Amino acid sequence: MSRTVIELNGIKREFIVGDETVHALRGVSFSINEGEFVTIMGSSGSGKSTLLNILGCLDTPTAGEYYLDGISVRKMSKNKRAILRNRKIGFVFQNYNLLAKTTAIENVELPLMYNAEISSSERRKRAIDALKAVGLGDRLEHKSNQMSGGQMQRVAIARALVNNPAVILADEATGNLDTRTSFEILVLFQRLHAEGRTIIFVTHNPDISSYSSRNIRLMDGHVIEDTVNTNILSAAETLASLPANEDD
Amino acid sequence: MNWTNLFRISLKALANNKMRAFLTMLGIIIGVAAVITMISLGQGAKKNIQDEISGMGSNMIMIHPGGERRGGVRLDPSEMQTLKETDYKMLRKENLFLAGISPNVSMSGQLISGNSNYPSSVSGVSTDYISIRQLNVAEGEMFTETDIRKSAKVCVIGTTIVENLFPDGDNPLGKIIRLNQVPLKVIGILESKGYNSMGMDQDDIVLVPYTTVMKRFRAIDYLEGIFASAISEDMTDLATADIESILRRQHKLKDEEPDDFMIRTQQELSEILDTTTNLLTTLLACIAGISLLVGGIGIMNIMYVSVTERTREIGLRMSVGARSIDILVQFLIEAILISITGGILGILTGCGASAAIRWLGDWPVAIQPWSVILSFLVCTVTGVFFGWYPAKKAAALDPIDALRYE
Repeated sequence: MSRTVIELNGIKREFIVGDETVHALRGVSFSINEGEFVTIMGSSGSGKSTLLNILGCLDTPTAGEYYLDGISVRKMSKNKRAILRNRKIGFVFQNYNLLAKTTAIENVELPLMYNAEISSSERRKRAIDALKAVGLGDRLEHKSNQMSGGQMQRVAIARALVNNPAVILADEATGNLDTRTSFEILVLFQRLHAEGRTIIFVTHNPDISSYSSRNIRLMDGHVIEDTVNTNILSAAETLASLPANEDD
Repeated sequence: MNWTNLFRISLKALANNKMRAFLTMLGIIIGVAAVITMISLGQGAKKNIQDEISGMGSNMIMIHPGGERRGGVRLDPSEMQTLKETDYKMLRKENLFLAGISPNVSMSGQLISGNSNYPSSVSGVSTDYISIRQLNVAEGEMFTETDIRKSAKVCVIGTTIVENLFPDGDNPLGKIIRLNQVPLKVIGILESKGYNSMGMDQDDIVLVPYTTVMKRFRAIDYLEGIFASAISEDMTDLATADIESILRRQHKLKDEEPDDFMIRTQQELSEILDTTTNLLTTLLACIAGISLLVGGIGIMNIMYVSVTERTREIGLRMSVGARSIDILVQFLIEAILISITGGILGILTGCGASAAIRWLGDWPVAIQPWSVILSFLVCTVTGVFFGWYPAKKAAALDPIDALRYE
């Protein structure tokens, strides 16, 4: 039995908009073990963004308990959560969120810049390793505006890996990419999964669920489905079967 | 807190926007340069005037007849005749704080030598006058006490007089010059002192024994003034008080009666002029200070816009683990870097401009080390002060909202 990385117990999150109280999450409970590749799906308004914010320690639940790697997050201060994000979480965003006019290596170094325990030589070494791991070993000094969408997303994934996080949180990570590039990114995620990384992939695209090991479906703030995927498709095979782009 | 990394992050952010950083800096550069140049100019003018005043004489005290002038009230001519030769002699005998003392009576008219003539005036003085006014006899010698006693017809002349009366380059020593039919033998020539700041030719001068002027030229028994010099600058006040009591006694003034003479010291004169030049410096510095303030507001404005523009970047930094304080410090460092770099460039520009003014415009300029330090401190404070608000705003952003900001 592998270790539990994430444990949610009756998570509720309410927002007060004007006079109304909006219940974004109405009691969500599940746990995720180390090495799982989980897709969280749901249409817009299902509460998946709120859940992602809570999982990413950007937000705290109104009620319920959340343990990340055994640490209770609910009562944590803003600063402590920032440090927790720095050490335990790697984010991958839909729109990459790379720093403009900045090289790949500097972008990947960013999380380590906020960790005083890591020396500059160590930081550089780890950034280079992370970029090699996502297949960008030959583009270390390329600036963000000289790269394609797929390359930028690889840089973003390298950035998420560089602090060796307990969990990688991907928010519609393939949403801005064409089909072919999306599958290239999925191949990368599957490889990271195979290497033992814990990945949570939030998406509204149901196709992606076939490539993950477990699917959680949200609707109106409740978990309506939580299934283990016994038939994981290989993204690499799908990619190979795709018609090659004319201009490639 | 990881200062080195935050410093690197700030530096990188500025480097990514070099043009903008430079333009923001320009406000500070101009402000600091203006402060330094203006203060240099003001202080240069002050120093110039101070030199001028100390060149006039050493610790000079001037005594004039007549009471305090009251605006517009015409003085009785007899009031202008209150200083007598006996006053001078008594002061000379009794006042212990004076290094030298000389009466002053003058006579103007046309000086004639051979077929040259020149309008000027002669000053009747005593032998001390030379030391009081810091004059030097270049050739020949000053007249003596004996000359004074005999009302001798001798004179010591300045170089302007030499040039005008002896245009052919003859040696004036021993020659006779005439004023109002009275022949004066030239026994000495003064070293040239040039023009003073008021444009007066200090070499247009003829010194004769005061007794000669009083008896031979004007037939008067009063003095137009007395010049004296205190032993040292510190003694000026004591000397002045002593002069006042001696003169009041001499003039038999009762306690309630006002002085019938006026004492002015060089110190007073320099204080008055100092006040004027300090006012000038303050005014210049204020104008320059305003431009520094405007520069500071420029920083605030740019930093403020920059926070809005970089909202997503801030959100990202927060999501990868930057705390609010890290963001605050990053933006503060950026503001301070802009202002300090601007400050250093401004100091260089200001010193350069001051030097250029001195060199090209031949203006008196004195770069003040304190103005350099002050303006540097001011721009650091400006950076912190005007950088604080935008930095605070950046640090207060919510990472979720910041990440979604379009």
